[in-house]
This record gives sequence, structure tokens and C-alpha cells, in this order.
Amino acid sequence: MASQPIRKPTRLEPWQDPGQTPYVRIDRVTKRFGDFVAVDEVSLSIHRGEFFALLGGSGSGKTTLLRMLAGFETPSDGKIYIDGVDMTGIPPYERPVNMMFQSYALFPHMTVEQNVAFGLKQDRVPKPEIRDRVAEMLNLVQLGQFAKRKPHQLSGGQRQRVALARSLVKRPKLLLLDEPLGALDRRLREQTQFELVNIQERLGITFIVVTHDQEEAMTMSSRIAVMNHGKIAQVGTPSEVYEYPNSRFVSEFIGSVNLFEGIVAEEQSDHVLIRSEEAGCDLYINHGVMVPPGTRVAVAIRPEKITLAKEAPAAADGRNLARGLVREIAYLGDMSIYLVQLAGGKTVRVTAPNVTRRTEMPITWEDEVYLSWQPFAGVVLTQ
Amino acid sequence: MSGLIHRLMTRGRGLVVAVPYVWLLLFFLVPFLIILYISFSEAVIAQPPFTPLAELVRDEDFGTTKLQILLNLSNYQRMFEDDLYILAYLNSVKIALITTLACLLIGYPMAYAIAKAPPSRRGTLMMLVILPFWTSFLIRIYAWIGILKGNGLISNFLQWAGITAEPFEILYSDWAVYIGMTYVYLPFMVLPLYATLEKLDPALLEAAADLGSRPFRAFLQVTLPLSLPGIVAGSLLVFIPSVGEFVTPELLGGPDTLMIGRVLWNEFFANRDWPVASAVAVALLLFLVIPIMVFQHVQGRQMEEAR
Repeated sequence: MASQPIRKPTRLEPWQDPGQTPYVRIDRVTKRFGDFVAVDEVSLSIHRGEFFALLGGSGSGKTTLLRMLAGFETPSDGKIYIDGVDMTGIPPYERPVNMMFQSYALFPHMTVEQNVAFGLKQDRVPKPEIRDRVAEMLNLVQLGQFAKRKPHQLSGGQRQRVALARSLVKRPKLLLLDEPLGALDRRLREQTQFELVNIQERLGITFIVVTHDQEEAMTMSSRIAVMNHGKIAQVGTPSEVYEYPNSRFVSEFIGSVNLFEGIVAEEQSDHVLIRSEEAGCDLYINHGVMVPPGTRVAVAIRPEKITLAKEAPAAADGRNLARGLVREIAYLGDMSIYLVQLAGGKTVRVTAPNVTRRTEMPITWEDEVYLSWQPFAGVVLTQ
Repeated sequence: MSGLIHRLMTRGRGLVVAVPYVWLLLFFLVPFLIILYISFSEAVIAQPPFTPLAELVRDEDFGTTKLQILLNLSNYQRMFEDDLYILAYLNSVKIALITTLACLLIGYPMAYAIAKAPPSRRGTLMMLVILPFWTSFLIRIYAWIGILKGNGLISNFLQWAGITAEPFEILYSDWAVYIGMTYVYLPFMVLPLYATLEKLDPALLEAAADLGSRPFRAFLQVTLPLSLPGIVAGSLLVFIPSVGEFVTPELLGGPDTLMIGRVLWNEFFANRDWPVASAVAVALLLFLVIPIMVFQHVQGRQMEEAR
């Protein structure tokens, strides 16, 4: 992860509080298209004011789930409640929800102003009020001077902001965003991430955003639901899903990871010891896993949690210590990625910040190195 | 070497562009100039049945030869003096407008339904719209005679159902012309309408619904304005040939169904007055150039917006 989470660590974690009723409740929702199950018995609770990300690859069911919240698809099974109201049979135009479309879906025959005013016109809001609220929205997204332009006269970033203004102008309690930054280039995307989070915090609206970009999900959201094959693989805060992935899929989907196959040799409440031929050493982890000795498991270790050294670290007891040859080095400026081949043949990915200037080259190609990590670094994956 | 290829390429491009121009020149501009020429001549009983405009005249007194050009304007004058022509033009426009409106009212729902059908079925449905073109136009009109005449399908059905006691004849009336022309020109309305409706991004209607618009309002505010280019194109494709239509009113219309196409036919073939017929044709063309220019203008603007 190159960028740090921009969301301030918030003390408010409504999902931790059992007394809170969730704003959106998805109750065992399934969506089938013919034989294909797009969404498979998904249950989720999303609270007021959350910035909730549905993260997954293409075909994971994340967009179908979002479209069911908007009312464009009806669940084959299960129910969706928004603010306690069962949404079954309620058409999109009667839901207290607005959506920002991936393609933006701006009306090409209307000006920016008319696009933003469209939703208010449907509710027969008085003309002067429409004018004020549209102006306010265009100011919020800094498009005041483009009010009279048609969508085809705008850049991609400007269109994205018109789409955002149009979906916010009705002051929805819940905003659905379908790949809101997908069509923007990288630089604009990073800048817009900040803007989205700022707007969301300022207006206090619940956001549910669909994205395939894990970095985007990590930086913006309060919680992430990782989806795979129509099911929820894991729900948690960005740091939870990154640091404590519950499955191989999640660990590999979010960030990069080294997975070591092994067999549980010792299981205690305060530690576990895993014998791994792949790693060429015993893996010692300082928490229990509740699986009996002899079980095959995988241990996930993030590349930045492994330390590289040319000398064996002092006080090494042979655990959490592997040896290998440096095969590849990718220099990224702020850090470098090392691909180290272990004696058993497995290639391990290690990232290290470049604390010294590169010219000194502390570790270089074909060096024999020691890889070591702390007892807290590994996560045991039983799935 | 690359220069040669470049020259050949540009020449090839020029040739490709030249083909339609040559076509238009040979089969449109030259015949039009001939008609324009005849429209300024006088009718004579001869072969060809009109006088030449230019003549070499030998002046015996002075022994000189003069090129004498005589432009006869009376053919055009006659079109203003005899109300037959003006009435025929007005009636043609009326029939063409009603035909266009009927085609639009029937064709829009058809095109809309085809555009909304599952993609696998659209091809078949479009095929059904185009299918009548595979049968001769005349045969299809004669089939309508069988349907509309006094002891035809419609009349027999109405009598059988007990709605009328007498045979009900629609044939040889303006109504028969409206029915026949709407039938003939309907595909010309459906095709451009389908093309614009099919391109319409379904996400736009979802966005309208999401912003609180009920389906019918969404249709009025989004679908209809965005299909306007198709409406204009289809209407002109129906209106322009309808004004000059001859066969349908001749076969289905009554003796008093006055249309400029029939007047034209009578002048050419019954009266053998080629100069007047040519003047009527030139006037019709000038009259139709206006909607054609509107069509071009709308299309040009649309292309610019699609950029």
C-alpha cells in the first residue's frame, strides 16, 4: 500500500454497537439470472453515516447488489430494508436513494444546470428553490462557471462531478456509487478520493460504493465488504481486512501477500507453531487458531513485514527465519520490492523502505539473504 | 517511392469520392436540366412534342444569321392562373402531412418496441418490417384494393359482424389513400426511429427513474427529446416522397383525390403537354428542396453533437 489511509481513525464505530439499528439491512438476498447466481445469500448491515465499500473483481456480484439497492433489479430471494422499510416492490423512483452511475448517465440534451435540476423538477420543487439548490450543488463540486455547458463540452473529471452533484441535489440519506472514479486517470482519481470523503463527511450521507480497486476501497471507506462469486468473503475496516484476512482469497485480493503452506505442529491458546517445508523453517505465531495439530493451513505474511539482512539476526532460534537468494529488485523510489528465492524454490516478495540512498546498495542481485519476521506478522488461514 | 504511393492513395481517394458525384450528375442533374429546358418551351404536335429554345434564324434582308433564344414563361404563369395546380399542391401537402403523422403515430411505438425487445429478437422484428419490400409495390397496392373494396375483406367482416347492413366501401376515397400511403411509407419511418431509439443508453432512463421520474415522464423528458433526430429523419423520409406520390392515389384514390403526381401524369401522358408538365415538376422540386434542406441542417447539427 503506497498511500496511507486518508480517513481519520474514527471513534464512531456504529457497527460495534449492538444497540444501533442499521440504516440499510440486506437480509439473505439472492439474485439469479437464469442458471447464474450473481448474488448468493448475502446479508449485510450498513449504518448511518458509513462510507461502505463493496469490493470485488468483475462478476463478483457487487454491481448487482448495488442495483438491487437502487431498485433496478429485484432480488430472487431475501429482502432489503432501508431505514427499516421493506423495499420489496418499491420502484426506483420512490426509493429514498440516489445513485451515481459508472457511465455517469448524464442527459446529453440538457445543460449541466438542467441535469442537476432534473431530480428536483420531478418532485415539483418551487423554481426559486431549484435555482438555489442547483447553484449550491454546483459550487460544492466547483462547476459554477460550467452551468450552461452541455455534457459533451466537459472533460471526464467535470462530468464525474456533474454526476455527483446530480445525485446529491435531492439530499438522499443514502448514495450509491458505481465505480465512481473508474473513468478517471490516476492523478485525478487520487484527488477525487479526497473530495468524495470530504463531501461525504460534510453532508453526513451514507455512501455505498462499488469498486474493483482495492486501494480506492482502503483509502476511502469506513468498512469494506470483499465479494467473491456472489458471496461476501469478509467484512471489516480497511485495516482489519488487510491485517487479518480470513481467507486466502481476501489475503491475495487485498494487497500482495506471501502464502506458506504448512502443518500445525503445536497449538496453544497463546501461540501456534507451524511446520512449513516451503518456508524451510518453523513458523511461530503468537495467537491461537483453534485447529487441531496435523491440520494443513496456510500462513499469510505481508511483504512489508519481512526484514531482509545479509547476516543472520542475533538471538535467532531458527523460527521465522528463512534463507534465500535475491533474484529481482524493483526500485520504486520510496521503497524497493525484492523477490527472494528460498532454498525450496518458493519465491518470496519483500518490500523495504529505502532508508539509505540507493547508490550504497546494501543488498543486491544474487546476494544470499536472511528473511525474518516477528511472531505477530503471520496470519493463519484455514480456508 | 513513398511519394508515389501517397499520390496514388490521394488519387484513389479522389476516385472513390468522384463516383457518387458522377452518379448524381448523370442521373439527377442532367435529367433535371432537361426538364428545366422543356419547361421553358412550347407544346407542339411533333416529335419531340416541344419547341427548341434556341434557333438559328437566317435574316434574308441583311444576309446574317442570328441565334434566337426564346424562353416561354407561360407554363409557369399557368400554374398561378389555373387553381388546379395550386389546389393539387395544397392537397398533396395535406395528404403527405396526414400520412407522415399516421406513420409517426404507428411507427414510433413499433420502433420503440423493437428497440426494447431482447437483442436476439430485434433482427427478426426488423426483418418483418422490411419484408414487404420483397414483394412488388404494385402487388401490395392491388392487395389493398381487395381489402378495401365494397365486397372486400373489411366490408364483408363488418357485414358479418352486423355493424353495417350495406357493403362498406373505403376504396376510391381519400381514406383509402391515407391507408395505402401510410402502409407503403411506414418502414421509412420505423427504420430511422429504431436506429436512434436503439442507440439510447438504458442507463439514462435508469438515471431518470433514480431521480424520481415515473416511466411516462421519463419517456417525455428523456426518450422523446433524444429521439427527435429520428423523428425528423423519418418524417422527412415519409413526407418528401409522399408529396409527389402517384401510384397509390391513382389506384386507391377517388376521381376527386387531387394530387400533384396525378396532375403531372395527366399533363405528360394524357395531354402530351410536356412543357407544362415539366414546369409542374420543377415547381414540385423547388417546393421539396426546403424540407430537404431542413433535413440536412438537422443531420449536420446532430453529427456535430455526436463528436
